[in-house]
Amino acid sequence: MAVTPTQQRRVLLGFRSKSKAGFQTEKRLPMRQQIILQLICLFVAFTVLFPIVWVVGVSLSPLNVSRPTSIIPENATFDAYAKVLDKPTSNPVTFIELAFNSLKLAVGTSFFSVMLGVSAAYAFSRFKFRARATLMLAVLAVLMLPSVATIAALFTFLNQFQFGDFNIRNSLWGVGLAITSGLLPFAIWNLKGYLDTIPKDLEEAGAIDGANRNQIFLRIVLPLSTPALAVTALFGFMGGWTEFYFCWQFLTNPRDFTLAMALANMTGQYARTTPWAQFSAFAILVALPVAVVYLFLQRYIVSGLTAGGTKG
Amino acid sequence: MATKNLEARPSSTSIKRAGFWQRSRDSRSAYLYLLPAGIVMGIITIYPLCYQVWMSFTDYGLKNLRKDSAPPNYVGLNNYTDILDGDKLRAIIPTFDFFRILFFNLWWAASNVVFHVSIGILIAVLLNTEGLWFKKLYRAIYILPVVIPAIIIATVWKNIFDTQSGPANGLLRFLFGFMFGPASFNIPWLEQNQPDIGPLPLAYFALLIANIWLGWPLNSVVATGALQSIPKDMYEAATVDGATGPQKFFGITLPMLRPAMIPFAVFGFIGTFNLFHLSYFMSEGKPFGRTELLVTQAYKLVNGNQLYGYAAAFSVYMFFILLVISLITNRITKATASAD
Repeated sequence: MAVTPTQQRRVLLGFRSKSKAGFQTEKRLPMRQQIILQLICLFVAFTVLFPIVWVVGVSLSPLNVSRPTSIIPENATFDAYAKVLDKPTSNPVTFIELAFNSLKLAVGTSFFSVMLGVSAAYAFSRFKFRARATLMLAVLAVLMLPSVATIAALFTFLNQFQFGDFNIRNSLWGVGLAITSGLLPFAIWNLKGYLDTIPKDLEEAGAIDGANRNQIFLRIVLPLSTPALAVTALFGFMGGWTEFYFCWQFLTNPRDFTLAMALANMTGQYARTTPWAQFSAFAILVALPVAVVYLFLQRYIVSGLTAGGTKG
Repeated sequence: MATKNLEARPSSTSIKRAGFWQRSRDSRSAYLYLLPAGIVMGIITIYPLCYQVWMSFTDYGLKNLRKDSAPPNYVGLNNYTDILDGDKLRAIIPTFDFFRILFFNLWWAASNVVFHVSIGILIAVLLNTEGLWFKKLYRAIYILPVVIPAIIIATVWKNIFDTQSGPANGLLRFLFGFMFGPASFNIPWLEQNQPDIGPLPLAYFALLIANIWLGWPLNSVVATGALQSIPKDMYEAATVDGATGPQKFFGITLPMLRPAMIPFAVFGFIGTFNLFHLSYFMSEGKPFGRTELLVTQAYKLVNGNQLYGYAAAFSVYMFFILLVISLITNRITKATASAD
């Protein structure tokens, strides 16, 4: 998906931008039209907020009501949050332990793939070499396949690495490798797209001042691409924080379990006994940190999304 | 970013540039920069993919998983033909039907993108109305679905469509209960015994509602960006010429949005085509596998049925299906880009 720099800039402007006529007084809307449009806007806001408000409401309802039906709970309480932080599922793990496992995956995979990715992206963006087109096509082809479709191979492949009692597949290391396998092509492609938009003048100036290739890369290109590095890392982090299918397939030891796995345990056919309040409180605790970061970095993220690949 | 300099500067530096980039043509350092990522990708991406192709010609299963177990048997193209034929797999997964999944998956992606793009554009235009109050507030609210992790959205929407206590039925009961009686709103949206609407099961519509909720805001952001780059003079000129509101919308707004929206719609199509979480968590493929997508079926072949050989062949099919889709969409994107 090639998005031109102009398009990217346009998207970057996104929701936040002001029109050029920001200083002029805006045209006034006739009152009748204003009211009709406000009603439509309110209706849309209602549809957007409805599920969110509902989850928040349910998370505050008492735990003895298995399936609360009213949006505003009677006897609102934080019991569900307390319960969920202490022991969210029937497994003997706390929220903090689950979150720490998810955090390890998220930080590890995103850091690793951005570091490796930026160096490869630099090669693709700035060097001309014979295998360039072929290798880029290979990255694209891998990017096209959703990571679920590689799970059979990764599972059986990683399962062969057994050292005594330790099987790499049945550990966070294995899951991390599986996630990186999908994340790295995305990081390369995304960062290459960004590096292509950085003008070469600064690098030339550096070369004239006597800097060599590596110095140019480390001192000029890396600092300039900080926003793209941050966004790519953030995508990796988001993916790792709530990664589900590799964790669910690979891990069997409750000590390795992650947030997404607990969430899956609290819903679906096995979860008839989990009160909705507990599930909702857990969902909010998982989503909140991500949502807050997302909202702060929204401007960069939108462009990152559109420039990025198609990895699901 | 200093992109402005690039455009402002004429080609005065081109001589210097040629010399500089000449030197960087030494491909040795290029391969050095590629090496770390290349080694890692080789081991955990390329090799497993080749391994997967090999697996697809074997009956790799649970029996071959232990390290000291015998290697799987070579079965030729049997996995591939069994998947298309379906009879053998139906003995294990009664609902398996490759072509039904494929066609549902294509329909699922196409129908969603139509809603995403059109609602996204309409709301972007609405919020771009001059003089509208509280624009910033609405924009802040409308972005919320984008910031919530997919697995949470899917599991929450599953509860929303719960038969007895879900708020979807609750809302319908509240709005229409007095007409049909509250008991008629225990609609089993996501259960096995759900009714059909036309050729599609009710769960499809539940999934559609959830995915529309999830998908339009980002389209709206992209459309807003493109809208704000349309020069106002065009509208003023059209007004002078006596164009009406709808004429301006179809004559100026839509054509000007096209270059930004079509690549994004393509991006959305492939994203929705591979959307794992909604189908997996909300409908769980119910009723009788009819809301299964290729990605969820691929996962269930591994996770539920441990048919690694079949799963590998299934993934190879997926690769070629996505390749065809990418080639077609690529052509669409290019064709529409050159039209401007």
